Amino acid sequence: MHNLNAIITIAFRDVTKLVRDRTRILASLIFPAIFIGVLGTSLQQNIGENLGYNFLAFVFIGVIAQTLFQSTAGGLISLVEDRQNDFAQEMFVSPISRYAILFGKILGETMVSLVQILGVLVLGLVIQIPLDWGALLTLVPFLLIISLFGGAFGVIVMANLSDQRAANQIFPFLLFPQFFLAGVFNPIQDLPLPILIASRLSPMTYAVDLLRSIYYYGTPEYDKVVLFSPWLNLSVIAVVGTLFLVIGTWRFVKLERER
Amino acid sequence: MAKPHIIEVTNLVKRYQKAEKNSVDDVSFYVEEGSFFSLLGPNGAGKTTTISILTTLLAPTSGGASLSGFDVNSQPNQVRQQIGVIFQNPSLDRNLTAEENIRFHSNLYDLFPYRPTFSLMPETYKKKVKQLAEVVGLESDLFKPVKALSGGMKRKLEIIRSLMHQPQVLFLDEPTTGLDPISRQNLWRYLQEIRQTTDITIFLTTHYLEEAEGSDYLCIMNQGKIVSKGTPVEIKRSLTENYLVADAKDRTKLSKELTKLKVPFTGQGPFQVHFGKHSAPSIVQSLKTPLTQLEIHNPSLEDAYVEIIKGSEAEHHAQP
Repeated sequence: MHNLNAIITIAFRDVTKLVRDRTRILASLIFPAIFIGVLGTSLQQNIGENLGYNFLAFVFIGVIAQTLFQSTAGGLISLVEDRQNDFAQEMFVSPISRYAILFGKILGETMVSLVQILGVLVLGLVIQIPLDWGALLTLVPFLLIISLFGGAFGVIVMANLSDQRAANQIFPFLLFPQFFLAGVFNPIQDLPLPILIASRLSPMTYAVDLLRSIYYYGTPEYDKVVLFSPWLNLSVIAVVGTLFLVIGTWRFVKLERER
Repeated sequence: MAKPHIIEVTNLVKRYQKAEKNSVDDVSFYVEEGSFFSLLGPNGAGKTTTISILTTLLAPTSGGASLSGFDVNSQPNQVRQQIGVIFQNPSLDRNLTAEENIRFHSNLYDLFPYRPTFSLMPETYKKKVKQLAEVVGLESDLFKPVKALSGGMKRKLEIIRSLMHQPQVLFLDEPTTGLDPISRQNLWRYLQEIRQTTDITIFLTTHYLEEAEGSDYLCIMNQGKIVSKGTPVEIKRSLTENYLVADAKDRTKLSKELTKLKVPFTGQGPFQVHFGKHSAPSIVQSLKTPLTQLEIHNPSLEDAYVEIIKGSEAEHHAQP
């Protein structure tokens, strides 16, 4: 019970902070707005005609997955920042399990990323993307899975970065290529071999494809848009996510004390 | 009667990864229950490293320490339950209010269940927070974001926060860094009040000598080693020994004369004459050699401290 109280406390701290931080809420919408509003609409106008599916909806679902994954992963990296600013020390001297600290943090950042998704949905309404809102509803449990997966990715990255400077410099390089490798706004059915390998190794690929495989399930576009079956995507996310989480947490806890 | 030792440090060594020498180098000491203990030393002496090990944030390389009978390395959770820690850099969440910081702490220590707002918290919590805020004069700022508080107020907030779970030992790592003299004085007054109302043990690190003077026992640390320890009075006595500085044209004659008077002295000239039990004037009167220099060396505690630090550094450099 003790650790449960701590997990809830740590998680809700992130939500409280988000609600207060209007700049962060706005900033979190800038990327999706550019990706969907600028990149999506211009590509839809110029090359979308020949694809056989609505490109804007394709990008929209991709951006939802990417936003969840990136936001939770990035939020976890902020634990390194907390450690530098010494706020994390307040958590680390308290008599709670180190696993509870990380789990609370993942849960908090997951909630934060879900709040941000509401903004992305509003954006979709404003631009009037032809979306199947019923199919969108079926995505809800999978949004949670993708956020947790992003959190696990954040933990493994954080456990291997010693300080905030390294985190700020390296993290974008680990994330940015994945936008393209995962096919957030580019079809990745056919790729040259080296890129294909990199694409299938990128964790975000399975997050993006999971959402699309659910959203397009049973539609005529399914084969053109989706790479793997939902079951395969889920299995990869479950196995890789668990590995990231277990190894990452173990390493983080060890490095924390054995400096 | 000797009081039980609440902290016991034995042959503690810490070498950071990729470091060439030990940051804490075979250190042993103890702290009596209910006492005010200070670890004094310049920057980089190993004070923060020592405190990090005692507060379970850092694993020692070898040796060990115990707190309230619990091993800091193998029983960290039991140790954490017993301690409150004020870190060198404020460890408050600047985006939360003062009260939210206290609530966050209370929830982490499982004193009260999590509630999203102050009004939903149990009455006992509300009462306790208001009462503590009154003691430090924080009532009007309790619901303001921490960003808006002064440095001195932030420190006090950290202290009342750390006392919420009634720890046995309160660690303060250079708590007055960056505070103006008035805030500093306020903080000390508040700490004294805490000591009068509770039987808490205080473990302070500082590089200001005057802050350590009020403690029951102090250790001076430099370059990872303890170079001096005792009560402030003892250290003062052993460090601030007065002596005469005397010199003469004929140094051989003067040194012969001093030997004859059985007054211990050091140096090749000018000589440091340790008059000890004798009185300085009586020695001067009995000297027949014409003196070219005569001074009484009467160091302040500050001078003595600087001397110790310099002395231990010279010794360190002399080692091959």
